[in-house]
Amino acid sequence: MFHDRDLTPELSEWKDTIRQVAVDKGLDFFEVSFEMVDYDEMNMIAAYGGFPIRYPHWRWGMQFEELQKQYSYGMAKIYELVINNDPCYAYLMRCNPLVDQKLVMSHVYGHSDFFKNNAWFGKTNRKMVDTIANHAVRINRYIDEHGKDEVEQFIDVCLSVENLLDIHSPYFNEKVKITEDQADKDRLEAKATRISTRNYMEDYINPPEVLAKEKQQIIDRIEEAENFPPDPQKDVLLFLLHHGKLRSWQRDVLSIVRDEAYYFAPQGMTKIMNEGWASFWHSNIMTGGILDSSELIDYADHHAGTMGGGSGKLNPYKLGIELFRDIERRWNTGQHGAEWESCEDAHGRVDWDLKENKGLEKIYSIRSTHNDITFIDEFMTEEFAVQQNLYTYKFDKSQSQYVLESRDFRDVKNRLLDQLSNAGRPQIHVLDGNYGNRGDLLLDHVWTGTPLNLDYARRTLENLEKLWGRPVHLRTQIDGKVKIFGYNGSRHEERNES
Amino acid sequence: MRKIDPDANRFRKIVRGKIRENLKQYVSQGELIARQGKKSVSVPLPQIDLPNFRFGEAEQGGVGQGEGEDGDPVGAEQAEAGPEAGDQPGEHVLEVDVELEELAEILGEELELPNIEPRGTSTILVEKDKYTGITKNGPESLRHFRRTFKEALRRQISAGSYSAENPVVIPNREDRRYRSWNTTKVPQSNAVILYMMDVSGSMGNEQKEIVRIESFWLDTWLRSQYENLETRYIIHDAKAKVVDSHTFFHIRESGGTKISSAYSLAKDLIKKEFSPEDWNIYLFHFSDGDNWGGDDTAHCLELLNKDLLPSVNVFCYGQVKSAYGSGQFIKDLRQAYNENAKVLLSEINSRDEILPSIKTFLGKGH
Repeated sequence: MFHDRDLTPELSEWKDTIRQVAVDKGLDFFEVSFEMVDYDEMNMIAAYGGFPIRYPHWRWGMQFEELQKQYSYGMAKIYELVINNDPCYAYLMRCNPLVDQKLVMSHVYGHSDFFKNNAWFGKTNRKMVDTIANHAVRINRYIDEHGKDEVEQFIDVCLSVENLLDIHSPYFNEKVKITEDQADKDRLEAKATRISTRNYMEDYINPPEVLAKEKQQIIDRIEEAENFPPDPQKDVLLFLLHHGKLRSWQRDVLSIVRDEAYYFAPQGMTKIMNEGWASFWHSNIMTGGILDSSELIDYADHHAGTMGGGSGKLNPYKLGIELFRDIERRWNTGQHGAEWESCEDAHGRVDWDLKENKGLEKIYSIRSTHNDITFIDEFMTEEFAVQQNLYTYKFDKSQSQYVLESRDFRDVKNRLLDQLSNAGRPQIHVLDGNYGNRGDLLLDHVWTGTPLNLDYARRTLENLEKLWGRPVHLRTQIDGKVKIFGYNGSRHEERNES
Repeated sequence: MRKIDPDANRFRKIVRGKIRENLKQYVSQGELIARQGKKSVSVPLPQIDLPNFRFGEAEQGGVGQGEGEDGDPVGAEQAEAGPEAGDQPGEHVLEVDVELEELAEILGEELELPNIEPRGTSTILVEKDKYTGITKNGPESLRHFRRTFKEALRRQISAGSYSAENPVVIPNREDRRYRSWNTTKVPQSNAVILYMMDVSGSMGNEQKEIVRIESFWLDTWLRSQYENLETRYIIHDAKAKVVDSHTFFHIRESGGTKISSAYSLAKDLIKKEFSPEDWNIYLFHFSDGDNWGGDDTAHCLELLNKDLLPSVNVFCYGQVKSAYGSGQFIKDLRQAYNENAKVLLSEINSRDEILPSIKTFLGKGH
């Protein structure tokens, strides 16, 4: 076994107890290694995204300062920090009282179970702590070779496009299909014009080097005419890795940034479920015998603090735990399926109880297969939305503030699903790697009805130009018109699509 | 050193560079003044975050939870706030706290301001107590443990009562040593700034805003140079009075202008509170250059010559351009003090000229 750093004997004992309770309740987790840290160690690790060692970058320093500030003003305090790794690493704040430590431990076992069993984490690297430390070594080597400023600036450029991923691609092992289309055929059959002549004159009339050159020209022409890539490419980073004008160390840095982004992606896709699941189990474990009666008030206070919304904000912890509980109740009482859906008798619905008792079984299976989008889509019912007081809001220009828009169930659900799609970010695809037949890059913003922030888009284009090495263009919509924004390394341009 | 320190330092350096780069903009927009805390300023740095493709924020809207009717305003800040394990980009403009001292340093570097040489360093001295000595008597709270035990050890060794096998050292009454202070004379570094502003009818809001911005930066710089900086604010139209800073920047009087009224009030203030032997005195006067009749200007020059100039480090006059002012006063001053190094004059025609004006006032290092 591995060791827990600095865990007091008392906490060590509690850890074993809580672990056993979790096992008894059916949780199946990676072993968890707990480490005791002070608040500034905690903030430091949090600034590093949970990892003890990362490559040098100012952004960690920025996050650290922000966390320190929030902590010192008493605005925020990090309770739990857990890393998806085998074993899981989790941190406990030294100054927290025992009841908080117990709560965090129970919560962490919930997360660890989720990491291990949820299908969307099936492809993540479980030795990421080591991998990320290796990334640091590689980047430090480039810093030694090329200088700190140059490497840092390049990392800035990479980070600016790190979310241009295809978050679903890890789950398809589809090999790139090589189809022999017309262009390939033409290419194979390309022939230079040969002038017929007598044998002994052949080398003079049709010199081989001239023939080879002409053949190459024909092939070039065919390749130019081809669409490149043949289909819109969702993994923009991969496309840049293969076709961008990069030096080998730059290619490696870009691949590091991409690997880390792919590692974090499933956490973004399952935020509501993951936090909901961990909260469901910390609540279950704590109130199932771990909690001492003298700690009840503190526990209730802190649990409520975690679940609190405040200023109408949707809290993923709250939404997740409530939805899991609702599902558990529905499958315990049998309030699902065609018969239930067609029951229109209000009293009948309230008293509906088939004593199925399949609640736990159901939520265990949900945690294995769903992500936030499918979770909300399949299990959020109208009753649930009403009971949870959900609403949509919009920005009201005349009042220049956000106002409550609607409580209609369909609106709420659609808006929520919209927000969760692609982690709430615009989808950007590569449309053409040889745009205008000049080797320019054309990206497409897949239109979903919400315009881009143009200021940011322009600055991002500037960074993309550095990766591509030629002018870059972005197709998007503004005020109902399709526009193409371009940047050529010195100047921005904007035009309507012809 | 903590592991994160190099990253944090790097970040501070970038912040500094950005502020320097945009100093002119920060100065002319004047927005930093509203963000001033006690010791630091919160500086918005929209350019420091990493750009990415994102939706226009305002258009987005979202889903919330809680009570309320259609059309009710919802929480002040709906944007997901707070950093979470580094995988979510911040949705807000980054604000960084910068110490006023650091801001002054940046200003100093950018304008190449010399450090201020306090006037008559050797003449203005103040007594300061420093705990540098040791005595045999004193209060227990000042007892010096190391020295006390050293004494006891020495006594025991010389008396032969110390044994290395059982190294117990017990100080007695005579062994006790106490910290004590010595009084030294150090150069005084007290300074007072007297801000004077013309608030007559011709000084509009824009003119006052310019004065306000310039005073903020002057203040910031001088504060970094002196341990103890006092400020006094004098406003005048035909009469002068001492006011607090809030009034100074917000009041609007209307009436004629008699600059001498402010100068004579400054004279009284210096006489009463800030004797030139103990204080470095800075006089800043802002006006649109309109004065009442030729007599008063003569009176002003007399006050300056006889009372003010001999007692101050420097007298700075900034003339803000206004639609109504004649702008005569600066010409009169220029004529009278062409050669005087203690009199610094600058014309501020727009916000863009605030920085050069600061340079004029502080560039000499008096």
